[in-house]
Amino acid sequence: METSDLSTATGASKSASRPRLKSSEQWIWLNAAAIGASLCALFGMLLLLFVKGSAHFWPADIAQIDYTNTFGESRQLYGRIIEVESVPIEQFLESGRSLQGAAGESATVERWLVKSGSRRLNPPDFRWVFSAQVNGTSYPKDLTVFQRMEWGDLYGMPLALSAPNEPEKVFPRTSSDSPALLMEKLQRRLEQVRETRRQIASLESGEVRRISVQLEEARSQLRFLNQTADSIPNNQLLTQRVQVLEVSIKKVSMQLRKLYENLDRGSVYVQLAQGSVAEIKLAELYSARQPNQMSTLSKASNFIANIGSFLTENPREANTEGGVFPAIFGTVLMVLLMSVMVAPLGVITAIYLHEYAKPGVLVSVIRIAINNLAGVPSIVFGVFGLGFFVYFLGGNIDQLFFPEKLPSPTFGTPGLLWASLTLALLTLPVVIVSTEEGLTRVPRSMREGGLALGATKAETLFSIVLPAVRPAILTGVILAIARAAGEVAPLMLVGVVKLAPALAVDSIFPYLHLDRKFMHLGFHIYDVGFQSPNIEAARPLVYATALVLVGLIVGLNLAAITLRNRLEHIYRDVET
Amino acid sequence: MTEQDPQGTPEVDSGRACLEMRDLSMWYGSEPALNGISMDVQAQSVTAFIGPSGCGKSSLLRCFNRMNDLIDGVKTSGSIKFYGAEINHDPIDVSELRRKIGMVFQKPNPFPKSIFDNVAFGLKMQGYRSRVEIEEQVEWALKSAALWDEVKNRLKDPALALSGGQQQRLVIARAIAIKPSVLLLDEPASSLDPISTLKIEELIHQLKNDYTIVIVTHNMQQAARVSDYTAFLHMGEIVEIGATDQIFLNPVHQQTEDYITGRYG
Repeated sequence: METSDLSTATGASKSASRPRLKSSEQWIWLNAAAIGASLCALFGMLLLLFVKGSAHFWPADIAQIDYTNTFGESRQLYGRIIEVESVPIEQFLESGRSLQGAAGESATVERWLVKSGSRRLNPPDFRWVFSAQVNGTSYPKDLTVFQRMEWGDLYGMPLALSAPNEPEKVFPRTSSDSPALLMEKLQRRLEQVRETRRQIASLESGEVRRISVQLEEARSQLRFLNQTADSIPNNQLLTQRVQVLEVSIKKVSMQLRKLYENLDRGSVYVQLAQGSVAEIKLAELYSARQPNQMSTLSKASNFIANIGSFLTENPREANTEGGVFPAIFGTVLMVLLMSVMVAPLGVITAIYLHEYAKPGVLVSVIRIAINNLAGVPSIVFGVFGLGFFVYFLGGNIDQLFFPEKLPSPTFGTPGLLWASLTLALLTLPVVIVSTEEGLTRVPRSMREGGLALGATKAETLFSIVLPAVRPAILTGVILAIARAAGEVAPLMLVGVVKLAPALAVDSIFPYLHLDRKFMHLGFHIYDVGFQSPNIEAARPLVYATALVLVGLIVGLNLAAITLRNRLEHIYRDVET
Repeated sequence: MTEQDPQGTPEVDSGRACLEMRDLSMWYGSEPALNGISMDVQAQSVTAFIGPSGCGKSSLLRCFNRMNDLIDGVKTSGSIKFYGAEINHDPIDVSELRRKIGMVFQKPNPFPKSIFDNVAFGLKMQGYRSRVEIEEQVEWALKSAALWDEVKNRLKDPALALSGGQQQRLVIARAIAIKPSVLLLDEPASSLDPISTLKIEELIHQLKNDYTIVIVTHNMQQAARVSDYTAFLHMGEIVEIGATDQIFLNPVHQQTEDYITGRYG
């Protein structure tokens, strides 16, 4: 009908025979809904991370809960109410408890998850309390959170302080000071302890480390020379050097011991929930706070200070306490090294493929291979990195350049360099593809212009084409960063560790230590969340660390995007 | 038009020939584009190639600076002599040749750099290192291209911010900055407005004292206005060549007359 009667088959008659989308409005709404859903999912995720993560930093009130336990004994508990949830009444009854009081009518009972802290002294440190059993909740003003260097928080009332020098024999003790005065004294002493601790830490990570590294190097050289029975004068020089270093390390150790002696040896005595008294050595105390007395403003400033120390401090207690600074540092450094490696490699590959290689079967096969490389699971890259980079390349480097340290490996073990290289390999296809796309977009007339002025092909490429491709290269690097910063699986094989003894950058020559192992936020999340001995306590840290990781990736990307946009501003009209 | 060459047709005047073609043929793959072309281009004059689309005039132009080398599958035969030296057969230094025979394309193609850097590009490629020298050359080239007054206060601005006509004059300045002896213009005004076109044509008038200019144009009036000699090409062959006045006022071939009077093409 349509072919025979073309002249009468106008638009109107056609639309009658086939239903058409009359208006684009539904389509637009569909699009808008899809965008809305995506945004909701995205912001929902960020909000969840933020809310769950920030709970860890907010100095919440500490409750004193009086309740009756299953055996009818009345108990007291200090702690933070972390979670409130409803449980079916059957479950409550089946657990052998009896109902008393007001909750009798409803089908569910409330139960609270209370962090009672005080690990090791008053276990368990997390417990469920049914609201039906609670006789009263109050928030005493003097209830204090003691952040210990080990075993987490402890909640209790400060009773007394012992003098800094002689260890106190009398126990327990009470003080004549008012609670406020006691707290003030405690804070002053704690500040001194922190200062001494800082000095110790800087000495240990600075001087002590530097000398022991030098000493270790000299000793292993000496050992090596003795083995190979080489020149004697060298030998004597080295022996002298070892002696000098040994003297200086003794000196530093004395200094260190003096600092340790200066540490406050007093204790604070704390009354725990059930009336028992605990002694906390000031040297093992990190901070003491009384959130029940704080105004919202000082809570907020505390919150910010807590976040600050989370971002800038080292982790403590098998990563479940303290900060994530080494992990942030490791992630950023690894990503930067990766970018530095992947950008030139990818760009050069793309230039060869696009500008010089003669199109043919081989080039097509290489292109397909590159595109498929992007789909290889990342753990496979990790296995490759371990087998090739670490064992083969690293092993050979050690044989060639660091024979005096063998059998302990230098580069023949997972480390920063190999992790960056592995990720560079992983992200190589992204950079190649986007660079090639950039090269395709540079108009032919631009190249002809250069060639017509007597420039050679290479000159045209480097002075005209490549500058115009820079935004595309940066786009590739941005995508590479986004992918690399979030990778965990391959890194576990080629250099990431739970706890790195030192940062990869320090003041010891050669300043950037590519052979060192490092920490990574992604692995940190895994480690804290799944490998920690105290999962309940570590949970908020998982969220907080995840938020930091997201923030970091966003930050790295924004930096790269800003750079690209500045370049694009310069080259914006190229494609017209 | 004002400086009409009093001497006769270009073929007889071989003493001043800049480019001599003998039996020049060219193929795109197996498709012939030029077919046995023999002609001379006179030095210090403007020669225009006219003809319908696809007649091979741009292909011929691109033979002079070997731009056809960039296209896959192009074959040529025959000879082109540039002041007596063979340039259609290797071995020759193509970069060197292109420095002596500059080219301006149909669409202005300034580099995504500043105005100054665009003009300085060729100089730097030639090995100029002295900043002062480069600045002098750039100023001279921009003045020669009648662009200096418009851009002298914003040499650091991106070249792509200029208007189309200014861009085209910038590209001409870029080409003459390295002092070529021949300037090939491939429809230099086809993407420009009438005022810009006029400026380009005035420029061609001024430049022909110092350069040999070969221009490809679609615009018959333009050919008549700017050129001293005109060659009419059709199907890869030269139908007629001669002094522009003669071609336009008194063409020998019927085909030429049909084309220039608009009855054909």
